[in-house]
Amino acid sequence: MALQRLSLKLRQTVTHSRSLHSSGCGHQQKAVAALSDPEPFSIFRSQENDPACQSEKHLGQYYTVPSSHVRAVFPQGLRARYPQQIKTFNEACVMVRQPALEVISCLKKADYSKPALRFIFYGWEGSGKTLSLCHSVHYCYTQGWVVLHVPNAFRWVKSCRDLLPSSYNKSRFDQPFHATEWLRNFKIINESILSKIKIKQRYMWTKREFTEEGSLLGELVDQGISRVKSSSDVVGAVMKELRLQSGQPEAGFRLAVAVDGVNALWGKTNIKKENKSPVDPEELTLVYNLRKLMKNDWSGGAVITTLSQTRFFYISKSSYLPQELLGEVSGFDSMDPFIPVSVPNYSEKEFESCYLYYMDRNWLQHPQSRTEEGKKELIFLSNRNPAAFEKLCTFL
Amino acid sequence: MAASCVRTVGSFIGKCGHCSLGINTITSQVSRQVLNRQICVSSALHGKNIASMGPEKFTAEFIQKQVEEYNIGKRHLANMMGEDPENFTQEDIDRSIAYLFPSSLFVKEARPVMKHPDIIFPKQKAAQWGEDGRPFHFLFYTGKQAYYSLMHDLYGKILKLEKYQDRLKVKGLFSSEGKKASLGLSRWLTKEELEQLLVQPTSQQDYNHFIQLIERLLSMPYSGTEEEFILRYRYQLEAESRKQTVQPLQKDEKGVAFSSAEGRRKTSNSSVILRDCGSGRVTVNGQDYLHYFPFLQHREQLMFPLQFVDMLGRFDLQCTVSGGGPSSQAGALRLAISRALLSFLSEGDMENMRQAGLLTPDPRVRERKKPGQEGARRKFTWKRR
Repeated sequence: MALQRLSLKLRQTVTHSRSLHSSGCGHQQKAVAALSDPEPFSIFRSQENDPACQSEKHLGQYYTVPSSHVRAVFPQGLRARYPQQIKTFNEACVMVRQPALEVISCLKKADYSKPALRFIFYGWEGSGKTLSLCHSVHYCYTQGWVVLHVPNAFRWVKSCRDLLPSSYNKSRFDQPFHATEWLRNFKIINESILSKIKIKQRYMWTKREFTEEGSLLGELVDQGISRVKSSSDVVGAVMKELRLQSGQPEAGFRLAVAVDGVNALWGKTNIKKENKSPVDPEELTLVYNLRKLMKNDWSGGAVITTLSQTRFFYISKSSYLPQELLGEVSGFDSMDPFIPVSVPNYSEKEFESCYLYYMDRNWLQHPQSRTEEGKKELIFLSNRNPAAFEKLCTFL
Repeated sequence: MAASCVRTVGSFIGKCGHCSLGINTITSQVSRQVLNRQICVSSALHGKNIASMGPEKFTAEFIQKQVEEYNIGKRHLANMMGEDPENFTQEDIDRSIAYLFPSSLFVKEARPVMKHPDIIFPKQKAAQWGEDGRPFHFLFYTGKQAYYSLMHDLYGKILKLEKYQDRLKVKGLFSSEGKKASLGLSRWLTKEELEQLLVQPTSQQDYNHFIQLIERLLSMPYSGTEEEFILRYRYQLEAESRKQTVQPLQKDEKGVAFSSAEGRRKTSNSSVILRDCGSGRVTVNGQDYLHYFPFLQHREQLMFPLQFVDMLGRFDLQCTVSGGGPSSQAGALRLAISRALLSFLSEGDMENMRQAGLLTPDPRVRERKKPGQEGARRKFTWKRR
C-alpha cells in the first residue's frame, strides 16, 4: 500500500518535472520499473518503514514514517523546521543514519532486568541529534513501549509565564502550563497503553480530590489535564509510577524516556523569583522529577537523550562534548555511566541521498543547483551540515 | 598651486646652487630675488577677481624660461646629492626631492614635486596668427582647427592606403590578409584624453566620428604601414597584468603540493596555506569554518575564488586570520586564497582572475572623523536658530 502511494507520488512528480530537469527520463524509466516489480526505485529511498527491520544496508536511505505514527514520534514542541518540512513535502521522511542504528541495535540486544541504559547523542549544532532521537523513539513506539518524550527540556527552564509555589513542597515551584502541555502530548502518544497500567498508590490532590489505588493511569493523566493547578504534581506522580512499575516482571511494558536537551536539567535557568533572585533547576518540580528518572536505579527500559547547545545560555558555540555541556560536577556525575553516541555531519553518501531527496521533491528550483558545480558549491557552503544544508536549500 | 611650489623649489635650488658655486653676479642675484619675491606674493593682494580671469595663460617665453631653470636646477640637485649631473633621470629627481622635502601628506599630488615644465603647465595653444593678423593654420576659420586637421590627415592616410591596394592589385600581389596593425593590449584614447592632445574642446559627436574613421583605417588591409600613426591614438594597458608575482609551488614532506599567501583588508591580516589534497576541508584559526563564519555571505566570499576556477573540492585550506570584523576577515581570506591559487593556475586563468577583481586588494579603509562634524561625513544637526 505504501509502495502504491509512493509510486503515485512519483508519477505526479514525473509529469511535473519532465520539463524541469534532464533526469526526468531516468525517473520515468524507474517509475515504469516500479509499477512492474516492487524494487527500491530510488537510491535514496528505502522500502523498509519499520525501524526494527532496518539495518546497515539501509544506511543513507530515507524511510517514511507512517502518518499514524507521525503525531506520536514528532510531538508538539519539537523544533519548528522539521514539522514545517513534513507539511510541505506531505510526508515525514527520516534518513537512516549510523548513530540511530547503533542505539536501536543496542536496545534490541539489551537485558532489561538490569538498570536502564542511558544514551546521549552529542554533536555539532544542526548535525541531526534531535532527529536521531525521534528515530529511536519511533522504534520504541513500534515495539509497544511507553514513551516519555520531552521534546525540549529547555522550555521548562526558560522564562515561564506562570510560576506557582508547589503545593506539595514549599521550596519548589510549579509550572502548570508546561505540565499540562506535556500531559496532553503524553496522552496522545501512549493512548493504547494508558488503559492497561494501574496505579499502585493513592494520591491526594486537595482535601476533596484524590485518586484511588488501582485506577488507570489514563484517569490520572486526565485529572492532570483538567485540574491545571496540580498538573505538575500529576507529572511527578506519573513518572514515579512508571519508574516503579517498569522494572517489575509482571508489568508487561517497557519504558523509554526520551529527553531532548538534557543539559537543561543541570544548567542555569532564566526564571526569576519575585525578589529577582534566579531559580535553580532543582527548585522546579518538573525538573526535579525528571532528574529522578535520569538516575539508573530503575530497570526495564532505556533513557535516550540529546545535548543541545542552541538554547543553552552562557555557553560558546565551540563546545559540544558531553563533559562541557553537562557541567562537570552535577550533570556528568548523575548521568555517568552513559553511552555517548556522536552524531557527525553528513558523510558523502548521506549528503548525496539528501540532495537527491530534495531534487525528487522539487525543492531545488534554481537551475544552477541541479548541476555538478552547483552541488559542489552546496557542499562547500554547508560543509555537509544537515541544518545548514537545509537552510541553504530553502531559498534555492 | 603645484606650479608655484615648483617655482619656489626650482629657484630655491638655483639660489643655493649659485651660493655654493660662488658666482657673485650681484645684479642677477638681485633680479632673481626680486623675481622670487614677486612670485611669492599671494594673488589675493593683486586686487583682481581671480575667478573671472579663467585658466592662467603662460607665454611661450615664460615656458622657455621655466625649462632653462628646470635644467639648471636639475644639475644643482645632482651636485647636491653627489651624483652625476649628466645622467640624472626623472626618477632620480623624484627620489632626491622626496628625500630633501619629506612630506606625509596623504594626497600624492600635493607633495613637493620637480618635473619638466611641459608636464606641469597645461599645454596651451601656440600663437594662432602672426603679426599681420593672418592665421598660420589653413583650417583656422573652421573654429576647430586641430580636430579638422586630424580628420584631414586621417582621410589622407585612408586614400593613400587605397591607392597602395590598387597598385598591388594591378601587380597581382594583393591579399586581403595584408599586414594589419598590431595593437597589443590597448584601447582608444577617451574623449578627455583626445581633448588634451588636441588642446581643444571636442564634442561627443566629433569624437564618435573620429573613432569611426580611425576604426575604418584600422580595418583596412595593409594598415600596418600606418601603425605608428594609429598607436599615437591608443592608450597602452599592458603594464597592469604583468605586475603579479606568482609564488612557486612548494612540496611538503608527504609530497603534497601546497602554496601559501597573505591577504589584507581594512584592518584584518590573513594567511592561507592551500594544500592539494583532494578533500574540501577548511579550517580557520583551528576551528571549522562553519562555526567561525556563521553567516552565509562570508562563506560565499571564501568560496568565490575556488568556484571561479572550478577547483572546489580539490583543495584543503588552512587559514589564520586576525584583526577586524567578520566581513573584513572574510575579504582578507578571499584575497589570500586567490593569491595562493595563482601558483596552481595558468597565465590565462590568472588574467581572468585579475579581471574578475579577485587579485585586487580592496583599498577602502575607515575614513577619519573630521573636527566640526559628528563623523566622517555626517554633520551636526542643523538648527535654524
